[in-house]
Amino acid sequence: MGHKPDGEREPVLSVRRLRVEFPTRHATLVALDDVSFDIAPGEVLGVVGESGAGKSMTGNAVIQLLEPPGHIAGGEIRLMGRRIDDLAEEDFVPLRGRHIGMIFQDPLTSLNPLFSIGDQLVETLRAHLPMSEKQARGRALELLTEVGIPAPETRLDSYPHQFSGGMRQRVVIALALAAEPELIIADEPTTALDVSVQAQILALLKRVCAERGAAVMLVTHDMGVIAETADRVAVMYAGRLIEIGPVKEVIGHPRHPYTEGLMASIPGLAERRERLYQIEGAMPRLAAIPPGCAFNPRCPHAAERCRTERPELLPAGGSRAACWLHDPDNPLPRRASAGDSQEVAR
Amino acid sequence: MLAFLIQRVLQAIFVMFVVALISFSLFHYVGDPVLNMLGQEATEADRAALRAQLGLDQPVVVQFWQFIVNAAQFEFGISYRSARSVSDLILERLPATLELAIISAIFAVVMGIVLGIYTAIQRGSWLSKFIMTASLIGVSLPTFLIGILLIYLFAVELGWLPAFGRGQVVDLGWWNTGLLTASGLRSLILPAITLGLFQLTLIMRLVRAEMLEVLRTDYIKFARARGLSKRVVNLRHALKNTLIPVITIIGLQLGTIIAFAIITETVFQWPGVGALFITAVRFVDVPVMAAYLMMIALVFVVINLVVDLLYYAVDPRLRVQGGAK
Amino acid sequence: MSQDVQRTDASPVAAKPPGALRTFLASDIVYSWKRQPVVILATLVTLTMFAGALFAPWIAPQNPFDPIELELIDAFSPPLTTSDFTGNFYLLGSDSQGRDVFSAILYGSRISLLVGFAAVLFALALGTALGLMAGFRGGWRDALIMRIADVQLTFPSILMALLIFGVIRGFLPRSMHAEVAIIVLIVAIGLSDWVQYARAVRGATMVEKGKEYVQAARVIGLPDHRILFQHILPNVMRPVLVIGTIGLALAIIAEATLSFLGVGMPATQPSLGTLIRVGQDYMFSGEWWILLFPGVALLLLALSVNLLGDWLRDVLNPKLR
Repeated sequence: MGHKPDGEREPVLSVRRLRVEFPTRHATLVALDDVSFDIAPGEVLGVVGESGAGKSMTGNAVIQLLEPPGHIAGGEIRLMGRRIDDLAEEDFVPLRGRHIGMIFQDPLTSLNPLFSIGDQLVETLRAHLPMSEKQARGRALELLTEVGIPAPETRLDSYPHQFSGGMRQRVVIALALAAEPELIIADEPTTALDVSVQAQILALLKRVCAERGAAVMLVTHDMGVIAETADRVAVMYAGRLIEIGPVKEVIGHPRHPYTEGLMASIPGLAERRERLYQIEGAMPRLAAIPPGCAFNPRCPHAAERCRTERPELLPAGGSRAACWLHDPDNPLPRRASAGDSQEVAR
Repeated sequence: MLAFLIQRVLQAIFVMFVVALISFSLFHYVGDPVLNMLGQEATEADRAALRAQLGLDQPVVVQFWQFIVNAAQFEFGISYRSARSVSDLILERLPATLELAIISAIFAVVMGIVLGIYTAIQRGSWLSKFIMTASLIGVSLPTFLIGILLIYLFAVELGWLPAFGRGQVVDLGWWNTGLLTASGLRSLILPAITLGLFQLTLIMRLVRAEMLEVLRTDYIKFARARGLSKRVVNLRHALKNTLIPVITIIGLQLGTIIAFAIITETVFQWPGVGALFITAVRFVDVPVMAAYLMMIALVFVVINLVVDLLYYAVDPRLRVQGGAK
Repeated sequence: MSQDVQRTDASPVAAKPPGALRTFLASDIVYSWKRQPVVILATLVTLTMFAGALFAPWIAPQNPFDPIELELIDAFSPPLTTSDFTGNFYLLGSDSQGRDVFSAILYGSRISLLVGFAAVLFALALGTALGLMAGFRGGWRDALIMRIADVQLTFPSILMALLIFGVIRGFLPRSMHAEVAIIVLIVAIGLSDWVQYARAVRGATMVEKGKEYVQAARVIGLPDHRILFQHILPNVMRPVLVIGTIGLALAIIAEATLSFLGVGMPATQPSLGTLIRVGQDYMFSGEWWILLFPGVALLLLALSVNLLGDWLRDVLNPKLR
């Protein structure tokens, strides 16, 4: 409610009040709770958070590859204005790869070891586009060239194990982009790679998406990657979206106490401190999310209201944050003890 | 590749050597071959003559060498029991066993893979659960009991199929086949199911477990994320990866089928090599036992080699890094 | 398929607390048992058959192994009939020798279980000893034992058992065959099945040998046998028990199969397998009970022991598939 699209153009992806549940023997776990965001054409949205915060889950929910028994239990997902969350599996299949591409964390395991990369490219192209085998091979060559595989004509019939990690991730990107999807979900695309290769892959991803005007949802726990690549950032905590805004704004002026702590704990972003900041405690398990604001037990500013009433995303400077500190009618006062951690990031 | 092959062949030769040694020891030390062949009434002179004729007066090493040379020529001496050449006995019964084993193997492999895929893909379905429970019972029961059960049901009660024997066979030179007559085919059904059932359940459970594992991998998820249809993902990507580890086990199971034919042949009075072996064990007919052992070992070794080659053909990771450099 | 045995750190025979029974009742094993009706049923069937086998001499109306007690005149009495000649009641009928099928089943399962347990114990002891030696000593002993194991594993164990059976019989005079059949069976089945134990124990021993406490014990100068029996053996027993639980069902089936093939227990001392072999001849002539009841008894025994073994394996070691 009261939530407006961030860009002026119609967003490629629009997620509203998304809820994902995992029924277990004991209880139903709410893995994603009330998550809403948009991604505009050509925009890169970074999604950050600790492991288990629901970043990857959000990506998997959008492309409907949730591990059973997880399922979408509420909310809406629209792709270029068309609702897709209620599509049956067989109606969703043609969307994958053609309209939504996905890149996974580990290039070593993303490619089927028993098929040559040419085979995998050709089958992907032909699954979506009316092409002959020969045309598809030609297009595959172009794609490999585009993602920077040297001497692609000799590598087309090679198998994945004959490539290095970075090269494999290039192949994965080529595969994800083969049918020119409008939205790319990149789930920790560089985490498994050598640091020296990470920047190249990110630059490549950014370039090919920009050339195609594709929107990117970049899931990562690495703020460095976000700072370098993303236009906007969404911060997740315990299955909830707690802050979203332009990259500079969120990094420079974090509005949610959790984001503040997160920024302060990152080396390089918090140069002025000799000791890195650490947020007390740990993120709650899904089975034990406290009522009210999920962050309240760890929050230096927490008041009674935070323990009973869950805040919506509220406008806060250039961003929006789900914190009662930013309630326009009745802002929660900051506690002094938390002051220094918030100074830090400035 | 060559090194791999050589290593495998050497290993096979080692196994064959050990088995030959065991067979030879059987021949040499279990009972007295001369006594067995001539009976109690023979004179000392007769015995000495036979001993010399069989080469039993030679040093043991020479005898072993002679045994290997003979075995390589498929020459295993004379059966104590029937006084006929062991190779003749085996050769005339081999077609029956091979036909039974091959049909059972095809039945087990085809049904095992199909049911394994089905129960993996339709994991929660009612039919899958039923198949899994039934397979548990199948694995727990002794083969001969299953055979008797089938005979009772389909031969005694329903009278649809013959209860024993091979039916009418057709001679094709040295090979006789039951596959060309209606009665031969009908006779084959129950024994083939009995023999194949155990392997079927094993293969099915293996394929299912392996397939479930593969379906959880990243490359299957990525294949789905690329928009490949369920059919392509399951039957092209997942199946190929599933079959690699399965091939090994299936290969070994096929060898087991020939060995287990002993039981099925006894239940159905099938005139094959297994029934011959059982009679040999019962009457301590050592030459037949030794020959059977060598034959089974050869089958196992050959199957193992074929499995290794197949493995190599299917999995590109085992091949030498190709010219793309 | 040798999957390396996973060792868990819980030492199975650590000092028992006073409330051992209570602890046991509250344990995972009991919890898992209570939750599975099939396992409960299997336990009941197994216990009933064990009890029947154990108390056979007191329960059975007749000693089927004693030719004097067999009433030839009562041959082929159908089930639930009382003989007009002898007044004997035949609950499950009688066979061609006038042998009471019910008694024969009780005595037969006695043999099946005896052979099964003894063969497993034999295989377990032999395999554990060889495995410990191979794993602890290494060197040529290890190489020799493991090569033998490899060659033996190439062949199905039923074939090995048949072969060993044939060889042992070859060494014995023919007149002794019937008398010692039960021992020959135990040895043949045991010898055909030691490899799995040896492999598991060898693997676990090598893991254990590398641990610091063993290294320390060696540095202190503890003699090898103390290290082996006090430190290593208790730790390798768990995988051995896991294999043994499944092994019992397999051994029972192996005995039944050999006897069925006519190379196990003789018709004068029939086990369940022998009874089925004999009964098969009457399948077509209408005396169905001679085959059916022993068949059902073996089916129940094999199935329930197998189910129990599977369940116990999963409880003892969920990681071992």
